[in-house]
Amino acid sequence: MSAVLNPPILTKPVQRSRSHGANVLRRLVRNPVAMTAAAVIALLVLVAILAPWIMPADPFATSMFKRLRPIGTPGFPLGTDELGRDMLSRLMLGGRLSLFMGIAPVLMAFVIGGGIGILAGYAGGRVNTVVMRCIDVLYAFPSVLLAIALSGALGAGITNALISLTVVFVPQIARIAESVTTQVRRSDYVDAARASGAPAFTIVRRHVLGNVVGPIFVYSTSLISVSMILASGLSFLGLGVKPPQPEWGLMLNTLRTAIYSQPWIAALPGALIFVTSVSFNMLADGLRSAMEVKS
Amino acid sequence: MSISNITPAALADPRDLGGPRQPLLRVQHLQKHFPLKRKGLALRGPRPAVRAVDDVSFDIRKGETLGVVGESGCGKSTTARLLMQLIQQDRGELVFDGQTVGSRALPLREFRRQTQMVFQDSYSSLNPRMTIEDSVAFGPTVHGVSARVALNRAHDLLARVGLDPARFAGRYPHELSGGQRQRVNIARALALEPRLVILDEAVSALDKSVEAQVLNLLEDLKRDFGLTYLFISHDLHVVRYVSDRVLVMYLGQVVEVGPAEQVFDAPRHPYTRALLQSMPSTDPLQRTTEAPLSGDPPNPIDPPAGCRFHTRCAFAQPVCGRQMPAFVEPAPGHGVACLRWQPESGYEPTPDFPAMPAPTPAVPLALGTLPDIFPEAHHG
Repeated sequence: MSAVLNPPILTKPVQRSRSHGANVLRRLVRNPVAMTAAAVIALLVLVAILAPWIMPADPFATSMFKRLRPIGTPGFPLGTDELGRDMLSRLMLGGRLSLFMGIAPVLMAFVIGGGIGILAGYAGGRVNTVVMRCIDVLYAFPSVLLAIALSGALGAGITNALISLTVVFVPQIARIAESVTTQVRRSDYVDAARASGAPAFTIVRRHVLGNVVGPIFVYSTSLISVSMILASGLSFLGLGVKPPQPEWGLMLNTLRTAIYSQPWIAALPGALIFVTSVSFNMLADGLRSAMEVKS
Repeated sequence: MSISNITPAALADPRDLGGPRQPLLRVQHLQKHFPLKRKGLALRGPRPAVRAVDDVSFDIRKGETLGVVGESGCGKSTTARLLMQLIQQDRGELVFDGQTVGSRALPLREFRRQTQMVFQDSYSSLNPRMTIEDSVAFGPTVHGVSARVALNRAHDLLARVGLDPARFAGRYPHELSGGQRQRVNIARALALEPRLVILDEAVSALDKSVEAQVLNLLEDLKRDFGLTYLFISHDLHVVRYVSDRVLVMYLGQVVEVGPAEQVFDAPRHPYTRALLQSMPSTDPLQRTTEAPLSGDPPNPIDPPAGCRFHTRCAFAQPVCGRQMPAFVEPAPGHGVACLRWQPESGYEPTPDFPAMPAPTPAVPLALGTLPDIFPEAHHG
């Protein structure tokens, strides 16, 4: 046989096609809506990260004499809250926790739920049934109720809110991961890989992961906005972030008493939550359509 | 098949254990039933099952091409997947060159190195996220070949199947045509240096000109690499062209097996006969106007008792519905499972099959006396 196989006959370098990832990125960059959303998110993240250095005032300095100043007051471009703290500074610093609570639980659920789903989908049969029925138990609860119940049981605090939100998202992501993996597992190229004698772990790593991570990731990005809103909800109920720490959901809660005197100020944190979640959704949509194209 | 059919490469193969007379793969009493859900409250009794493959035994000889034909749903593909051990059989065993597959002498992993498969769907059998060279090189790396050596081997094989590695190695499957993809699949199967290649409808999805190219390629590769083929197809013309021996399946069972020319020219089983009569002729004067077989095959969940073909057989007698025919060899090397050929089966001897319509000699046609080749063309 080696007599037939001569040494390599490559005279020219191998022409490489653009990989799937590069193609998706190219299409995403050409999508104006997704790029606008990405720019907004980038700006929000940048401001949140740099907040301690760029915020104009101390977000914790209260003043009984400067309560609920309107937007445009000299020294307080976005006014002050019910304790006389600078709104702009608080919104900038609050973005840190709000964005963190939007992204971190989804990221954790992406790893855990994705892992569970891929495992169940690739194993199939009884393992799949057992794992997915357990996941279904969690899935049966409305997500808001589950998050509140878990946070309530664990007690208030950022870590506990993080854990409960992760638990809320794990079943959702696991379900998507399971269904995508089941499809891939039935494909001929996985059969061909099995026929080559490759162990299951190698097949999952080389053949399954690359084909399922994309759809799972897209679905997960669409959950970031949900996570932000749920986290804000938890803070609003006093189960997430504790005052005086600024966080958009918590600020919405404390400012609701001012809704009649200073409605614009009371609406500011809500507007930011809205803009951020819409941006994440639009980016996820753009990512999805950039991936769906069969080229 | 005579010894002379065996390619020199097959004889020289150092992996050959039992010599040329020992079958490369011996399939013994292979059975696969796919269980179904019970209906309603029927909790007792045997669970219903699709009997996809039911007691199938045959040999694949070294260096031959064994064609497998049969209607859709007769168990051809299930047999292929069982042979590749992609699904586990309920019963029966595979003996590869004298060694039982899955035994200590021949673990599954080693067997899979020596047996490879090419699937029908050229697109879905390639990972869309992998370059062609990575797909071909994957198998060798699994068996401990270094990545660089495996890539070199992939480039060699791509060149061997007619794809310039410089142009194609770095591409993705969606950038290739169906014929090119099937060449890649063949290269991938050969990357593990197998001895037996299962071609499950490997050329059926290609258009005719490409199909011919790929068939010729397969022929060349078989000679050069000393391969043995199991060639599954529903295209009888192609099977006749490539096969040394032919195996006919019906409802999960082997009904006839023998040398290709004997099976095609003098079929013994009424089903084979009907199948061959359904072959469209290339001569418009020989067109088949009536279907030689009527109806669909019976339900494989509850196959007919006795001979499974008796419900559609033109030669069936009452005994056929009661007695399961055994596999007999009326002529050496040509086996058939039919009561007509089984001595003392209770089947009333009848004259042999009416002779297959002999091809009418080409009559030189005088101008103006052209026969009505397309009667349906007269619209009035």
